[in-house]
Amino acid sequence: MGLLSKKDAKLITDPLADNNPITIQVLGICSALAITAELKASLVMGIAVLFVLGIGNVVISLMRNIIPSKIRIIVQLIVVAALVIIVDQVLKAFAYELSKTLSVFVGLIITNCIIMGRFEAFALGNGPWKSFLDGIGNALGYAIILIIVGFFRELLGSGTLFGIPVLGDPIEKTGVYSIGYENNGFMLMPPMALIVVGLIIWIQRSRNKALIED
Amino acid sequence: MAVNTDKNSYTIIFAIAMVLVVGSLLAFTASSLRPNIDENKRMEKQQNILYAMGVNGNEGTGDITFVGTDVVADEFSKYIKQQLVIENGVAKQDDKAYLIDIKKEQAKAKNGGTRRLPLFVGEKDGKTFYITPIRGKGLWDAIWGYVALDKNMVVQGAFFDHAGETPGLGANIKQRYFMDDFYGERLLTEAGVFKGITVAKGNADPKNEIKDDYEVDALAGATITGDGVTAMIKKDLKLYLPYFKTLK
Repeated sequence: MGLLSKKDAKLITDPLADNNPITIQVLGICSALAITAELKASLVMGIAVLFVLGIGNVVISLMRNIIPSKIRIIVQLIVVAALVIIVDQVLKAFAYELSKTLSVFVGLIITNCIIMGRFEAFALGNGPWKSFLDGIGNALGYAIILIIVGFFRELLGSGTLFGIPVLGDPIEKTGVYSIGYENNGFMLMPPMALIVVGLIIWIQRSRNKALIED
Repeated sequence: MAVNTDKNSYTIIFAIAMVLVVGSLLAFTASSLRPNIDENKRMEKQQNILYAMGVNGNEGTGDITFVGTDVVADEFSKYIKQQLVIENGVAKQDDKAYLIDIKKEQAKAKNGGTRRLPLFVGEKDGKTFYITPIRGKGLWDAIWGYVALDKNMVVQGAFFDHAGETPGLGANIKQRYFMDDFYGERLLTEAGVFKGITVAKGNADPKNEIKDDYEVDALAGATITGDGVTAMIKKDLKLYLPYFKTLK
């Protein structure tokens, strides 16, 4: 028996597809709106949530039998806040450039509904290893959507990917700009993130009719 | 023996223990990492000052790159010839000028005290740069930067940073295509009147070739952050005008 039984593997693979935290559970939408105007930010945020959710799930799971039920939400919040602060301090001390990139997102993690959602729905009722897998799976599912949204918003809004121009120069009118194409500035606005997520949800549910809610 | 986790006394004791453990853990983490973090911030200031006067690793039109942390102290000593603190119109030498906290100085001035103005005099390729720190408010939090000027208050380089502006929007004040636009812009009219530089939508100079229009292009989706840049340039750089007049 390996560390990853078939059932355990589903804890990672399910959130990547038909139980995605953003598109199916509709959690974590706030940061999908705020930070996906560029692809790099989406990627960094995904990695940050991966760490906090993976470790946080384990911590909550280890404490599940001693947490008083009346204050469990507060306890979960303290755990995630402490983890986020520790991550922030460690990055500032040892990876300063990265911490500059992350600075906005680290604070956002605390308010991410997916974190509290997985603590409450899974970690409180399962052992640490399964909780870790569940955290990793949901964080990856979250990251995938952020990257997809970030890809389209940066490409159509700025004509770049990871800051690198891929459609030509909008000022010099080279590449596609020479035939009249213009960047869609509206794509950089938060409402477009919501619309892109909506389109992804539409595509996903049209491919798998079982996901359509009655 | 099962602990009754629903008793009020258990809940209160657990909450107190939780706070004590987490508080201690965070305090220990913060205090043990403080020296590293302070060193990083000090080096960052040096890197930013050097960046504004053109001492950086930039190539072509790619991303901003700073002098490496392993050589920044030497480069700072090499290029920055003088560190001055201007107080009540008098400029004094102070080799710790770069450690002055602009935020505290601004607060002091607001409360009726005297604000100290740091100024860094750099020399590179036979040219003299006067690098000034500035600070203001963006959309969400603080924004700040360094502007390198020549003795006629013409911009020779700029560096901007922020605490929490929106990624991809306001945060792009830290992108080269925005910062490089400031190069060559004038702050004074021919008659010596201070005009500042406005981050302007509808700027009629998209390639930024007109350097005496006191304008640079705004960023799409970052109106308030851009207005913040405009305000901090006008407010903070104007304070240095008396000193620059002594250079003529």
